[in-house]
Amino acid sequence: MSDVEQRTDLVSVTIDGIQVSVPRDTLVIRAAEQVGVQIPRFCDHPLLAPVGACRQCLVDVPDAGNGRGFPKPQASCTLPVAEGMVVQTQATSEVADKAQQGVMEFLLVNHPLDCPVCDKGGECPLQNQAMSNGRGESRFAGSGSGGVKRTFPKPINLSPQVLLDRERCIVCQRCTRFAEEIPGDPFIALVERGAQQQIGIAEDAPFLSYFSGNTIQICPVGALTSESYRFRSRPFDLVSSPSVAEHDACGAAIRVDHRRGKVMRRLAGNDPEVNEEWITDKDRFAFTYATQPDRITYPRVRDRVEDGGDGSLRPASWPEAFAVAARGLAAAGACAVLPGGRVTAEDAYAYAKLARVSLGTNDVDFRARPLSAEEESFLAGHVVLTGPGDGGVTYADLERASSVVLVGLEPEEEAGTLFLRLRKASRRGLRVVSIAPFATRGLRKLSGTLVQTVPGREPGALRELLGHADHGIDSRAVVLLGERLATVPGAYTAAAELAARTGARLAWVPRRAGDRGALEAGCLPSLLPGGRPVADAAARVDAATSWGVESVPETPGRDADAIVAALLTGEVGGLVVGGVDPDDTADPDATRRAVEAARFVVALELRETEVTRAADVVFPVTPVVGKAGTFVTWEGRPRPFEAVLAEAGALPDLRVLSGIAEELARLGRGAPLGFRTVAEVRAEMAEIGPWDGERATFAPMSALDTPSTDDPLTTAGGAPGSVLATWKQLLDDGAMQAGDKHLAATARPAVARVPRTVLDALGPVVTLTGDRGSVTLPAEAADLPDGVVWVPTRSSGRGVLADLASPGARVTVKGAEL
Amino acid sequence: MTAPDTLTPVLTATWADERSWTLDSYTASGGYEGLRRALTMSPDDVIAEVKDSGLRGRGGAGFPTGMKWGFIPQDNPKPKYLVVNADESEPGTCKDVPLMMASPHTLVEGVIISCFAIRAHTAFIYIRGEVLHVVRRVQAAVAEAYAAGHLGRDIHGSGFDLDVVVHAGAGAYICGEETALLEGLEGRRGQPRLRPPFPAVAGLYASPTVINNVESIASVPSIVRHGAAWFASMGTEKSKGFGIFSLSGHVTRPGQYEAPLGITLRELIGLAGGIREGHELKFWTPGGSSTPLLTAEHLDLPLDFEGMAAAGTMLGTRAIQLFDETTCVVRAVLRWTEFYKHESCGKCTPCREGTWWLVQTLAALERGQGSEADLDLLLDQCDNILGRSFCALGDGATSPITSSIRFFREEYLAHLTHGGCPFDAARSTAWAGQEALA
Repeated sequence: MSDVEQRTDLVSVTIDGIQVSVPRDTLVIRAAEQVGVQIPRFCDHPLLAPVGACRQCLVDVPDAGNGRGFPKPQASCTLPVAEGMVVQTQATSEVADKAQQGVMEFLLVNHPLDCPVCDKGGECPLQNQAMSNGRGESRFAGSGSGGVKRTFPKPINLSPQVLLDRERCIVCQRCTRFAEEIPGDPFIALVERGAQQQIGIAEDAPFLSYFSGNTIQICPVGALTSESYRFRSRPFDLVSSPSVAEHDACGAAIRVDHRRGKVMRRLAGNDPEVNEEWITDKDRFAFTYATQPDRITYPRVRDRVEDGGDGSLRPASWPEAFAVAARGLAAAGACAVLPGGRVTAEDAYAYAKLARVSLGTNDVDFRARPLSAEEESFLAGHVVLTGPGDGGVTYADLERASSVVLVGLEPEEEAGTLFLRLRKASRRGLRVVSIAPFATRGLRKLSGTLVQTVPGREPGALRELLGHADHGIDSRAVVLLGERLATVPGAYTAAAELAARTGARLAWVPRRAGDRGALEAGCLPSLLPGGRPVADAAARVDAATSWGVESVPETPGRDADAIVAALLTGEVGGLVVGGVDPDDTADPDATRRAVEAARFVVALELRETEVTRAADVVFPVTPVVGKAGTFVTWEGRPRPFEAVLAEAGALPDLRVLSGIAEELARLGRGAPLGFRTVAEVRAEMAEIGPWDGERATFAPMSALDTPSTDDPLTTAGGAPGSVLATWKQLLDDGAMQAGDKHLAATARPAVARVPRTVLDALGPVVTLTGDRGSVTLPAEAADLPDGVVWVPTRSSGRGVLADLASPGARVTVKGAEL
Repeated sequence: MTAPDTLTPVLTATWADERSWTLDSYTASGGYEGLRRALTMSPDDVIAEVKDSGLRGRGGAGFPTGMKWGFIPQDNPKPKYLVVNADESEPGTCKDVPLMMASPHTLVEGVIISCFAIRAHTAFIYIRGEVLHVVRRVQAAVAEAYAAGHLGRDIHGSGFDLDVVVHAGAGAYICGEETALLEGLEGRRGQPRLRPPFPAVAGLYASPTVINNVESIASVPSIVRHGAAWFASMGTEKSKGFGIFSLSGHVTRPGQYEAPLGITLRELIGLAGGIREGHELKFWTPGGSSTPLLTAEHLDLPLDFEGMAAAGTMLGTRAIQLFDETTCVVRAVLRWTEFYKHESCGKCTPCREGTWWLVQTLAALERGQGSEADLDLLLDQCDNILGRSFCALGDGATSPITSSIRFFREEYLAHLTHGGCPFDAARSTAWAGQEALA
């Protein structure tokens, strides 16, 4: 059946005398690639709509398939194949070759001869194709009284990050077409005409797109450069290593270009299944965090006052630090593990195993953010162990879906690669429905429909989707659940109900790169590695057998919030903590006090933080660029990568943890982890494999625990103030964006969004006051329901959780002056 | 006057009437009778009438008008549009502007009949923005037509509705290219669109659209009123009917001469009182600067689509610019080329960069700089532009150069040997010989 379909869908053409069958509607330029002929091109890009502007790809078509030829050379990038078509490229046709050489000569008329100082030199399609398809000598300079090139003042800023050198631009429109078609950010456009035609921005609207860096990468000349990379290196001095972006749960393929042990730039990798050829600016530019001066470069141990020391952290050798950490944890009583959400799956596995095998506890939780037991149950029941080909929703599934519902998720801010795929699908007819307090710019770019919802009322909104004819939730629909739903009791329950009743598929989209991998690796109090439920004796036996230990702890562990509480009460004394920022947690003040209250804290960190300053032993860990690992995408797709650089002075988390475990074993606490390298962990993870027994079942919230679906504005007991809506912006004060001021300058400013009536009443600056403090921000109007305000979570001060209130809590809004 | 009966004033017949542009004046001379007749016919019959007349597009390309209308897919559920291309900007072309000034109702009536035929209920008249007086006159005519019931709802009880929008362009030659015009009309940057889809299928607002020149549409009322056979009785076998020939330059009485297609330039010059006193024809453009120029040896060629094609040029817009022997062809060609450089929209490489370079090479030649090899270079540049650019603007830019080198190679070389232009530019001016001596 499919064979027949394929055959009828194929068109046979002859290119340079070679017959080739290609799918209908294939463009001649790509059909030619099938026979090994590369037709030179500039404006053509396989992921952008054809435009036929540069005319570089002209070919001769002696037979269009109807027995007649085209009288003039045709642009092969806009010409679809036709049955029986005959094409002669530059390889066999003098007409095509001359046409191409002519266009190339024209392109160089106004192109500066600054290749020796141009960043693109060495990887420049214009340079390369001028060599392959151009004439050796220019006739321009020797013509008439000597050709005079058009000149422009050297580069102008399109944004704080992206610069345009107009002289070099060949106005192929790749950048403008990208901006309009792919992210929907048409901030750049053609202006002026003729040879003066150039790319421009409006005076008050710079190219502030989260995806602007892609234009630099697809620019076929050196016209677009970044402030970050401009003049830094030559392509032929760079070593390119493939990797995976560490900034979100999207798993975008990237290429890391480095020179003498230093990352110079990052580019989008090409992975049609995941990010196609695009990445966010954060994935592209945010890598300097790994080279900040506050990087920890050696282990530190505290000379504790009670041991006669002065209480300060001092440098230590690795063996000493391992031994001190082990002794301290052994003496601290019950211990807990908080790995944070940024670790690789292999590192997460080491944290999970350390907790169970060395520390004898299930008190491990990767969630360094507001969380809930409902969420944990949902992850165990619906998310873990799913993946592509395993019931998991994939990027490609989004393009095939009839509708996608977004709940607790703002993809443009929280999962940029996912946003681009949604936009691609929405341009082809996908219906996007967002359950959110207001229609964001991102939603408008998805041509989405807003189901306006006050924070906390998402469960009711999900239930109301049932049978809503316009939104068409059926078995072809996908519901994407953001991690923020953990702050909404009943949301996961309502989503599961919706899926059960309609057949719609669910996917959970966390923000951090390590979250999903940590879930699979068992960094939850109720889950062992491979989705083995702690509550299932068979699963515990299976894990213990694999690990060669007698047993694993059977008491379900504490989640991160409970760990914090237990540290404060002293029930838990020892803490092994990874990259956790107290200000990201549900109660920053409590987390901060818990770290201080802990009897013994072992911190594994890249850079100095308040946690490392409070810790008793600090281990420097290797950043992603320096180690092999795996991130697991929101789909459940493993994205393994190898080390890009050799890092000295730090070790991967898993090596640190195995060092501590060995010392603990020596003290009689547990067994060694049995691995020291990423390869060994990978082998062990493969061996233990996914749980093939019964998986944990989701325990829905009972109706009693679920807040009424009535509008909390009317049921909150008349509490004063507005309901706080918040999420993180893509570019904010996050620690992993440190060090690139140009990138930071492209961030969306911190503003409080308020209903228009509030803005009119209070003026352009407002002070929000919650139970944790006040923030004063410029205000902007949004189509928010009355009684709801929105602020970005980590774009000012210590962030909303530390400075203001919890998401969904009440805040008062007053007019203020800055 | 010599042989006045070679003229066939139809479009121009009322231009000399008192306040010819008013509805009253137009109606008094039989205006809107074509519309009344058309409304008694079926739309398909109107299309057939225009097809049978043999009317070919008067904007230059000469595509059969009735056939174009027939391409509109009537089963397409989207609205259909008629767009009148009144962006007359080609150097030398000056027929639509006087027509719209002297008899705007001829155009309006044509628009109504044409829309009735293609079943369009909205029409746009895209007028070159620089000619504000014309925009105002057509606006006034449209307002008069509404007031008289020729436009609006249920026109004369026929059940046919039509609205006409007069749109002023923003000043770009490229917007005379029909797809660039559509872009401009939609409020975008005026640059030509990729085809397919063709406007007949997805034109204005991605809907089926007919785009016709002013003179084509203005010819429709007379065809409907007098019949296809009447129209086809004029002109030649494949170039039927009449057309406005715009004579400009070194001719005694420049102006608009409406005559059957196939008339010769010799006859037209005769009608215009000859080349200016004491001079002789050196070269001329048959249809604007984009059509390859001809010389005095082509005086007896029939001015129709076939006759001009046979001579290696095009009938174009019948904008006949006449130059006598005082004119330096290099200078004239350079001026035209500067125009194309200025008007190149920038979208495609050959036109954008090619015109930039052509001007420099030509300007050097005019100054007597460069070498004979630059003539071949010019021809090679033109070869790399012609048929390689995105739209016909680039092609048009090469016409004056290739044709002038073909006929006047020696004159180009004379610039090099003379060390500059051997002509006295003042002698070619309209006031030559009348200078006041200080």
